[in-house]
Amino acid sequence: MSEQGGEKGGMDLEEETSGVVKKFMFVNRKAPHGTIYALEALEVVLISAAFDQDVSLAFLDDGVYQLAKGQDTKPIEVKNFSPTYRALEGYDIEKLYVERESLEARGLTEDQLIVPVEVMSGEELARRMEEQDVVIGC
Amino acid sequence: MAIEVADKTYETDEEGYLVNLSDWSEDVANHIAKSENIDLSPNHWEVVNFLREYYSEFQIAPAVRVLTKAIGKKLGPDKGNSKYLYELFPYGPAKQACKIAGLPKPTGCV
Amino acid sequence: MLHIVNKSPYERTALASCLAHATKGSAVILIEDAVYAAVKGGAAEAELKLALGRVEVYALGPDIEARGMKGRVIEGVKVVDYGGFVDLAAEHRTNQSWL
Repeated sequence: MSEQGGEKGGMDLEEETSGVVKKFMFVNRKAPHGTIYALEALEVVLISAAFDQDVSLAFLDDGVYQLAKGQDTKPIEVKNFSPTYRALEGYDIEKLYVERESLEARGLTEDQLIVPVEVMSGEELARRMEEQDVVIGC
Repeated sequence: MAIEVADKTYETDEEGYLVNLSDWSEDVANHIAKSENIDLSPNHWEVVNFLREYYSEFQIAPAVRVLTKAIGKKLGPDKGNSKYLYELFPYGPAKQACKIAGLPKPTGCV
Repeated sequence: MLHIVNKSPYERTALASCLAHATKGSAVILIEDAVYAAVKGGAAEAELKLALGRVEVYALGPDIEARGMKGRVIEGVKVVDYGGFVDLAAEHRTNQSWL
């Protein structure tokens, strides 16, 4: 940033800190209940919504299991956080990408997922990853 | 920590949130509200009940921005704004109303 | 011997290694993320079916339900509850966890 014109510089700085929107992608690759990754990632995603950034979530490999319908965790006495993915829309997080190959390898179909998503090829997903400013693996 | 309502003891965390969500009742809500200097009016109950429904659907307490928007959608713009909600719950509609509703502290409340 | 596997077959090689080492007549129980191996239609199905003729395969019901996979278990895999898991552990002289 240029140093000339103190007042103008100050304004520029303000615009820069409040106005710049970066593209963040959370790449979910873990099944939901065997480890804490999925739940922790979801909490970070919800918090990230407070910063008005361009947030997207990718689900691939075992991460696609996070979105499986019909999860009932009562028998294993842990929190069922799968309904929380349905709250993301209210947090203005609407870009949910699911890798087709990962679904197919696990015998899952789009209608077996708890929330509307965009199913895409691994190639397309890779392209979207390249577009990001920040990619967070979880 | 704990609170006592009608000879029963309910466990809370250090900020006064119920530890067990199933401990909640209208009596417990009234008790927590009183300790926060709030007399629960029908308008308060509208928000408290909304929060409980939101939690049972999504398994989280909403962030204040999300709550405001959702209340606006359901109860109209004259209620879906922070001025109205802060008048009802001066210490924050999300934090204070969640406590009275027996929910955990909102996720995304930084 | 009772073999206990708790890792997804799509993430780790634990199940494949277990099945390669489980001798005829032994038992394998799938728990936690390993229950995904017992779900119909996945790429791991063929491998598990191949093993079914040789070893007894069990899967833990509570873990199947938690993952939304109830009613989608491969035929021949026996679903057990926690009590059934304890019985299996007691019936076999030794057990091994494929961590």
